[in-house]
Order: sequence, then structure tokens, then C-alpha cells
Amino acid sequence: MTTMRNISFDAVIVGGGGAGMRAALQLAQSGFKTAVISKVFPTRSHTVSAQGGITCAIASDDPNDDWRWHMYDTVKGSDYIGDQDAIEYMCSEGPQAVFEMEHMGLPFSRTESGRIYQRPFGGQSKNYGKGGQAARTCAAADRTGHALLHTLYQGNLKNNTVFLSEWYATDLVKNQDGDVVGVVAICIESGETVFVKSKATVFATGGAGRIYASTTNALICTGDGAGMAMRAGYPMQDMEMWQFHPTGIYGAGTLVTEGCRGEGGYLINKDGERFMERYAPNVKDLAGRDVVARSMVLEMLEGRGCGDEGDHVMLKLDHLGEDVLNAKLPGILELSRTFAHVDPVKEPIPVVPTCHYMMGGIPTNVNGQALTQNRDGVEQPIPGLFAVGEAACVSVHGANRLGGNSLLDLIVFGRAAGKHIEQMLQQGLEQRQASDSDVEMAMSRLARMNESTSGESVPVLRKELQTIMQNYFGVFRKGEFMQEGIKKLEVLRQRIDNVHLTDKSNTFNTARIEALELENLFEVARATAISAEARPESRGAHARDDFRERDDENWLCHSLYFPEDKKVGKRAVNFSPKTVDTFEPSVRSY
Amino acid sequence: MLVSIYRYNPEIDAKPIMQDIEVEIPEGKDLMVLDVLNLAKEKDPTIVYRRSCREGVCGSDGMNINGQNGLGCITPLSEAVKPGKKLVLRPLPGLPVIRDLVVDMSIFYKQFEKVKPWLMNDTPAPAIERLQSQEDRAKLDGLYECILCACCSTACPSFWWNPDKFIGPAGLLQAYRFLADTRDTAAVERLAGLDDPFSVFRCRGIMNCVSVCPKGLNPTRAIGHIRTMLVAEGT
Repeated sequence: MTTMRNISFDAVIVGGGGAGMRAALQLAQSGFKTAVISKVFPTRSHTVSAQGGITCAIASDDPNDDWRWHMYDTVKGSDYIGDQDAIEYMCSEGPQAVFEMEHMGLPFSRTESGRIYQRPFGGQSKNYGKGGQAARTCAAADRTGHALLHTLYQGNLKNNTVFLSEWYATDLVKNQDGDVVGVVAICIESGETVFVKSKATVFATGGAGRIYASTTNALICTGDGAGMAMRAGYPMQDMEMWQFHPTGIYGAGTLVTEGCRGEGGYLINKDGERFMERYAPNVKDLAGRDVVARSMVLEMLEGRGCGDEGDHVMLKLDHLGEDVLNAKLPGILELSRTFAHVDPVKEPIPVVPTCHYMMGGIPTNVNGQALTQNRDGVEQPIPGLFAVGEAACVSVHGANRLGGNSLLDLIVFGRAAGKHIEQMLQQGLEQRQASDSDVEMAMSRLARMNESTSGESVPVLRKELQTIMQNYFGVFRKGEFMQEGIKKLEVLRQRIDNVHLTDKSNTFNTARIEALELENLFEVARATAISAEARPESRGAHARDDFRERDDENWLCHSLYFPEDKKVGKRAVNFSPKTVDTFEPSVRSY
Repeated sequence: MLVSIYRYNPEIDAKPIMQDIEVEIPEGKDLMVLDVLNLAKEKDPTIVYRRSCREGVCGSDGMNINGQNGLGCITPLSEAVKPGKKLVLRPLPGLPVIRDLVVDMSIFYKQFEKVKPWLMNDTPAPAIERLQSQEDRAKLDGLYECILCACCSTACPSFWWNPDKFIGPAGLLQAYRFLADTRDTAAVERLAGLDDPFSVFRCRGIMNCVSVCPKGLNPTRAIGHIRTMLVAEGT
């Protein structure tokens, strides 16, 4: 091990998406030696695929808009297990974070008065649900994620962030005191393994939608941070909460933005009926995503789905007119023509609920510090480890994320973690040390893989994993099915332990990366399965046939999955915002 | 169908070869080129290429498909190759090959960085956003959407010839994206940085960049605008 190269930084951010690059920018601007490890060139991270926008009360569409209204919507959207201190922080800091992005050059669409254009999205209201639909989602046409990610990359270039592009972090290095000291990473191009030391390690590794067979997520969304955290023994929060986006293109899984419905599009069944009028009489197609996705599945189950198999519904946009579609939704026209072979100007788009977002993740506080519990169940930060963005569960999304809140989460908490680390570094945060055996421990997985001589292939095992998750842990769930799913996962685990890497070469070996990713996918899938089975109620995205009601008496709390004994515990939700009154749980209807 | 893939692994191969692989295409489906590559990799895991979003927005899988640069993930087989013919996949031309379809893009990124691709504004930022009219914002359409896939620059003979000195269509499109932004105050500095015989003026208007851009952008037009601005600056 002593021959392995070491490099060290003040801060290392794992992941070059929106959250990672916002954190990196904060630190690089203050002159700290900051590196971003990214398994793809940063602008190829999944943030680039975000379409509709970034929800924030900047008071452009409505000069009287108020971040507290946004907070109300977000708490309600979360089905009351979003942490209210974190939601308060996100909604109140949001405008500043968005204006900073604009000052950096983000090419937002504009209103007639030259301000940032805002469009309506699902679950948005004025005046605490009493003032009708709000338009709060700031947009750069339907390419907001692309515009945001490129702007952040540009900002980091300007501030000399070090990019370890096409490097892949395999595991955390933890010392005997339980401090996180850095990560082991592979330079994909050369195959060299390097110990990347840092005073602060930030996981901004995004989601893991690839645990499902049908997902809007990029091929790179494999839960690498979650996998590394669980292998290091750290707990995961609310892993049963997965968002199924109502409008993934049927057959392809690519996303069409909720902005389509925000701009006036709506869903129809095979009879041409606008069925959301029955499920959400007030806001119809702009109800929460969990509500719309479930309504779609019910339509199909009751025989009103479209197509020969009745396995999708249609999103109608043609009534908006070609000019509006060209101006507001140009990317959607492109995607529909390419992947659905339909022209939305003339015909509806076939859509189906598709796995989209991981509400759960590594539990953190508002400063991005990753949290664990000691033996007595007392909560404490993990020294040296931070998490932001989809990889983290701070938790602003609770049981269901509102559209447009993910991009806001990225920049608000990327910035917050950056600021907190900045402060710690200014106060003299020191590099913790690791012994050779600590590093060897982190290397063991890689070593095992490199020495494999026989076993099964990655694509086969990956496909089976995705099928199990799709079949047993989808939009609707049931105890006995989930128990069966968990058993199947355990059988699969043994086969994955025996995975065979046939290509042992060093140069740009993507087969090795995919094998390492598969283990992360598995960790996330198992955490999801066990957490889902353990929550006997229906809340937000977690809908159970055998427990159809929300159970506030017993389950108005986070779930906490402990990977070492594979048990699920509970963690209290924060109901104590600092500047506003608590939003008390009530019946959630749209 | 038969797929011919450029193979080169510097650890084993003295020189690159074209390898033919038979891939089963599911009946009645018009797969994307990337889907075909994924199927090929299931058979032979040593085949190497980049990919991420699989929907044409991340720019990872730029490659040369039957002689034309494009993105694997949004190029349907029906467009790429005539029925019964071979699908031929090579790395983007003009850049060093790392392995198989993966090229070393360092010089491409370096040219991008050379144009200082970030907004510069020396006036104090307001408490809210800087205002911009819809008309001024519309000037950025067709510029900001670039995904840095390098299909254009690696289809450009001028870039093949002078990749170290000619910025190339992708970098110049971004240079103009900031020159055209009414919020940017550094036009003079930006133009001065481009004012030499190579950076811009090596463009010979061949327009390969326009014909291959998977996002339908027009770098040649942007380069034309930069030329006009340079001439107007009188330098």
C-alpha cells in the first residue's frame, strides 16, 4: 500500500453535479485547495437533464410572493416528514442563491419587465394554499438544469477548482477513531488508484434511479455515495421514499417536464377524458407528483390505459399551439420526436410513471454534516464527512419532493455546506491521518474484484436487480410481496459477491467501473427494500395496498436504515422552524 | 446486424483494428446507436465508450457513425445506416485515441477554457437579478445550448490542422455566447484575446460544424458575428 500515490486537498467533493459544483465554487472562491472528483466530465452529470426549473419565491411572477408560502407547499408536499428547519432554510435562503446564479450568468428566460420567468408547477400555492395556483418555478426554457450546470462549471473554471475528471471514488477511508480521512479513487484513464486525502469530504454523488428497470435517471445514477457510506457502516434515511415522475416517455423512460402541465398541458386516458379532474378536483394535473402518478396507475389498472396493452396514458399539449411550444418547451418537442416518435404540436405524448428521484439518502443537518448515531442512539456528526444534493437527506423533500425543489436543494445546500466547511477550515480544521491498514481496508473491495477468476457477468445481475425492484417496490407496495422481494435480493447478493470482472486492463476500463457501481446499486436497493417493508403506512410516495392510511401516531418520523444489522429505526422529524410557526400535519388533499 | 467497431487498447494492441460484431436487434424496434453499443458490450465487456444521460443532453457519446459525427444516444439506426448495411463506429476524428471509442478531449477543453467562458461584469451586482429584456435574452438562443460533445470541432478540417491554435467551432460558439450577452461587460477584453491570425480567422467557412451539430446549433454564424465585431473594433 505504501507505493500508492497520495494527494491532498483542503476539501474534496465527490460528484460534479449541481450540488457538488456549488459547494466546490464556495470553497474555491475563498481560496481553499478544492478538488472535485467526478466519474464523468462535470457537465455530463445528471443535473444537466433537469428541465422545468428551480422553484423559489423571487417574487417575479407575483410581486407579493413569500418564501413562507413556498415553505408551506414544501412541508405539505413532503407529507409532513420534511424537516421544517431545513425547509425554512432552503425557502428563505433560496432567492439569494438563485440571484447569485443569475449574476454568474445563468441564462434564465425573462418576463416582459426583464425579470426571471417563472412558471406554475405542481403543488404550488399562494397564501398557504388559500390563494390559488402560484407560478414559482424559475426557468431557462426547458433546459434549466443544463443552464445551471454549465454556469456552475464556468464559475469553477474561473475560480481554479481542481477537477479530477473521469476519476471514480471507490470507498471512504476511515481511521481507527472513526474519522473520515478521504477516499480511494481510480483515475479511469490510466487505471491508477490514488488515496485522495482531505480535511473535509463531501458526497455529492446524486441519486440511484438505476436500481429500477424504468427510470428517467442517467446511466451514471448508481448511488455511489450511498454505497460508500453504507459500506463504512453509516445509516441511511427514508430510503423507502422514491419519486415516480408522472411523465416518463412510454418505452424510453426519458423525462418530459412537469412544466408541460404547468404551461397548460394535461393527461388523458383512452377515452380522451381528463381524468385528474376526478382525483384532484381543485388543481387537477398540478397535484403532487405522488398523487398524479398513483392516479395514472389506477386508470391503467381499471382498464382505461392507452395502447394495445393499456399500459400508459397520454399527455396532451397540442392545444397550446406551436408558438408557445417552441418558445417554452423546445427541448420537449425534440425529445418527443426522438424517443416517442410523436410531434406534440399535433398529437399527445405516451407517458407512464417512471422512477425519478431518491428522496432518502445520507442524513445531514442544514450545514451538510453527515449524521450517524452512537451505540446509545445519540445523534452525532461524522467527523470529516458531508453530503449534499440528491445523495443527502437533509430532509427538505420528506416523503414526496415538489417539482423544481431539487435544483433549489442543490444550490442552497451545496452553498451551505461550502460555507460551513469554509468556516471550519478558517478555524484551523486539520487533516486527520490514516494508517496503511485503514487504506488497505478501503482498497479491499477493489482488490477482490481485480482478483476474480470466475463468476457471473455484471449486465445480467444488474438487470435482475432492476427487475426485482420494479416488480416488488414500485408505485404500489404490499407487505407479502415486499418480503418476497427482500428474499430475492438476498439470493442476488450472493451472486453479486461472486461477480466476475473479465477485463482486467488498466486503460479506461469501464467494465470495472460498472462492476463497482453494481455493488452500490445493490446496497441502495436493499436499503430501499428493507425500509419500505418496515413502514406500515401510506405516506407520500410510499403507497401500500395493505396499509392505505397515513399513520401519524406511529410513523410521523424518518426511517433510519442501519446497514450493519440491516435493521430500521426511527428518527424524529424537525417541527421547529426558527422564524415561523410550525406547520402542523393535516389531511393532504389537492 | 453486423457492427464494425474501432478497437484499440494500448496495453495489448500494437495498432487499432476494426472488429466486426454480430448484434441481435429486437424485432420491430428502431434502436439508437448507443443501445446497439450497449448490446455489443454485453457480449464483449471490453468494448469501451463514454455515455451518461442517454437522451442527447450530456454530450458524452459523440462518435463517428458511418462517417458522420453524432451522438450515439439520439441517432436511430434507421438514420445511421441503410437496411442490410454494416453499422460502422469510430472515435471522433482528429483527437488522440485513449481506447476504442474514447478520445482524449484535453485540447478541446483547453480551447474552450481559452475564451474565458464565464460571465464578466464589473458593475456591482444588484440585490435581485440583473434585468434583461426578452429580446436581449433571445440573442443567447442557439448559443447557450451547446453540450460540449465535440462533434463540431472534430469535424472541422481547420481544427484538425491547428488544434492548438484555432479555437474551433465549439469554443467560438461559447465566445460569442458571452459577447452576445447584454449582461457581460468584457467585450473589448474578449475580442482582444481572439485577435490573432489563428484563434478565429482559421475558420474557412466549411460548415461541417453546422451539418453535424446534434443540437442544431450554428457555430459558423457565431464565428461570422465575431469576425464582424473584430473588424468593427478596427484591429
